[in-house]
Amino acid sequence: MLRIRRFEERCVELYSASKIRGFVHLYIGEEAVAVGVNAALSPEDAVVSTYREHGHALARGLPPEAIMAEMYGRTTGCSGGRGGSMHLFDVSRRFYGGSAIVAGGLPPAAGLALADRLRGLPRVTCCFFGDGAFAEGEFHETANLAALWDLPLLLVCENNLYAMGTALAREHAQTDLAMRAASYGMPAWAVDGMDVEAVAQAARRAVEGIRAGTGPHFLELRTYRFRAHSMYDPDRYRDKAEIERWKSRDPIGRLTERMRDDGEPVDEELARIERRIADEIDHAVDAAERAPEEPVEDLLRHVTSARAGEVNRQ
Amino acid sequence: MSTAGTQETTTYREALREALREAMRSDDRVFLMGEDVGRYGGCFGVSLGLLEEFGPDRVRDTPLSESAFVGAGIGAALAGMRPIVEIMTVNFSLLALDQILNNAATLLHMSGGQLPVPLVIRMTTGAGRQLAAQHSHSLESFYAHIPGIRVLAPATLEDARHMLAPALADPDPVVIFEHGSLYNASGPLAPQAASVDLDHAAVRRPGDAVSLITYGGSLPKMFAAADELAADGVDAEVVDLRTLRPLDAGTVAASVARTHRAVVVDEAWRTGSVAAELSARLAEESFYELDAPVERVCGAEVPIPYARRLEEAALPQTAGIVAAAHRAVG
Ligand SMILES: Cc1ncc(C[n+]2csc(CCOP(=O)(O)OP(=O)(O)O)c2C)c(N)n1
Repeated sequence: MLRIRRFEERCVELYSASKIRGFVHLYIGEEAVAVGVNAALSPEDAVVSTYREHGHALARGLPPEAIMAEMYGRTTGCSGGRGGSMHLFDVSRRFYGGSAIVAGGLPPAAGLALADRLRGLPRVTCCFFGDGAFAEGEFHETANLAALWDLPLLLVCENNLYAMGTALAREHAQTDLAMRAASYGMPAWAVDGMDVEAVAQAARRAVEGIRAGTGPHFLELRTYRFRAHSMYDPDRYRDKAEIERWKSRDPIGRLTERMRDDGEPVDEELARIERRIADEIDHAVDAAERAPEEPVEDLLRHVTSARAGEVNRQ
Repeated sequence: MSTAGTQETTTYREALREALREAMRSDDRVFLMGEDVGRYGGCFGVSLGLLEEFGPDRVRDTPLSESAFVGAGIGAALAGMRPIVEIMTVNFSLLALDQILNNAATLLHMSGGQLPVPLVIRMTTGAGRQLAAQHSHSLESFYAHIPGIRVLAPATLEDARHMLAPALADPDPVVIFEHGSLYNASGPLAPQAASVDLDHAAVRRPGDAVSLITYGGSLPKMFAAADELAADGVDAEVVDLRTLRPLDAGTVAASVARTHRAVVVDEAWRTGSVAAELSARLAEESFYELDAPVERVCGAEVPIPYARRLEEAALPQTAGIVAAAHRAVG
């Protein structure tokens, strides 16, 4: 969680310095979701993510330097500089990352799960998406298909109470999302998304159920983003008191408190982890600064596989 | 409002907002709906302040449900309202393409003329801000392909300000494309500009050596190219299509009849683009007027990349337009 937090804080600085560009969506406040859910997954499982995916990618084990280089638009980035912050991919880690079309990742996630099912592989596909995405037809069509075909799919709804500037109650006639998901005939429950242990426990239970062959499961994680929707957002639609209230439930702070109460030597440990993470991020920034840019002659690479590498003459 | 005769400086964004405000003030059947148009003020700030002025019934925030709220716009239009639906970007409009094509554009015909759909849909298009492929495409030609709708691309402050009223007066569906790189464009706006003629392209700058033809976000690049060409002694005419469907091939043909050379610029992919259609029209209708092959400067055939210099390389740029014009002039 700390790695995600510090990585993104550095992103803010780099964005302000115009080192990274485009739309950048921060995960700060929601770290317990990515970390807790990933703890329940194995390396063979697949993860499908959204445009708010730095946390998912880091929790999945993508190296910070590959992500940072991507945001710098460098060849060493995990998507070769073509994707940027919103489109992180790493097939070697089965991270089918960043879709910026809200709910766009849901139907393909069902397909990944279907392939595993058809081949009898005991794997799970985990798809992250927001409360906003829950309003799209794509979600409902996917939930129906997954339940109908008993697909090994974990649907993880990050309910941070807002879709850009639109509050949950302004986008959903019925705001109990877990209940609505349950109507498709799949186990569904809501979890405190600010408590990493509760998230991990719920995710483990769901993943065990899926591996046991009981079809798709749905988790609604009640969480909150401490920052604006994206670096462009003036955040005029939220009440400062509300933000402060949620900050008092900071998942990192809560975990630290709990460990301290249990008598663990958290403070020395934390200082050590902070130093290690700071080094790691310094290194990632440094490497990105020095990494090469893709030559313009390679613009037309990766448009079709057969022609990869060939320069298309227009 | 300024006093008559003086010119007021405004931005493209403000011009669009003023048009929306005027439309809602003058006709209570008009309402605006879309994602984050109200409390947020519009994701590009176009509708900022309108919620306060007109209230949540008329400036209506919708859930992320493009197909549902565009379809609802169609229904409301059938029932006598005059909805303006905003879709954040053309990339997301594909979730509503079924409603636009199979319902909005088709109902009049299928019903034997009983069901006109007086709906206006606005959306952002285009690249240039390092937003990567899923936020950067120019899909105007997808819409220009569809009979039954009108497709507009305001490129100037005047068109941004004055296209909405005739679009609302049109009994059929109108799709308006706003290029993302134009929102901050600013300049003087004539206080009493003439109402925009949605049937005709506009000659924005007369010239006799070559016709530079474009629409939307590429128009500023055209002016820059025309300036450079003028410095080289080539007097270029700049034609702004402004309406992509129905395409005003007549104004383009008349321009080419004067200059005998054509360069078509389109940010979209060359294959199947508006530029492709226009080139075909020139081949069909102006073949004997042409002293050189039609030149096209289009977006590279690649999903738009994030990295800055790759993105720049993927889009038409002034230097490429100037080079194409020189090739045409020979
Ligand atoms: C189909 C589509 N419509 C609209 C958008 C613009 N948009 C990007 S993120 C977003 C809000 C999504 O909210 P939610 O699903 O709750 O996820 P969160 O950002 O809160 O993590 C919107 C409206 C988009 N990217 N795709």
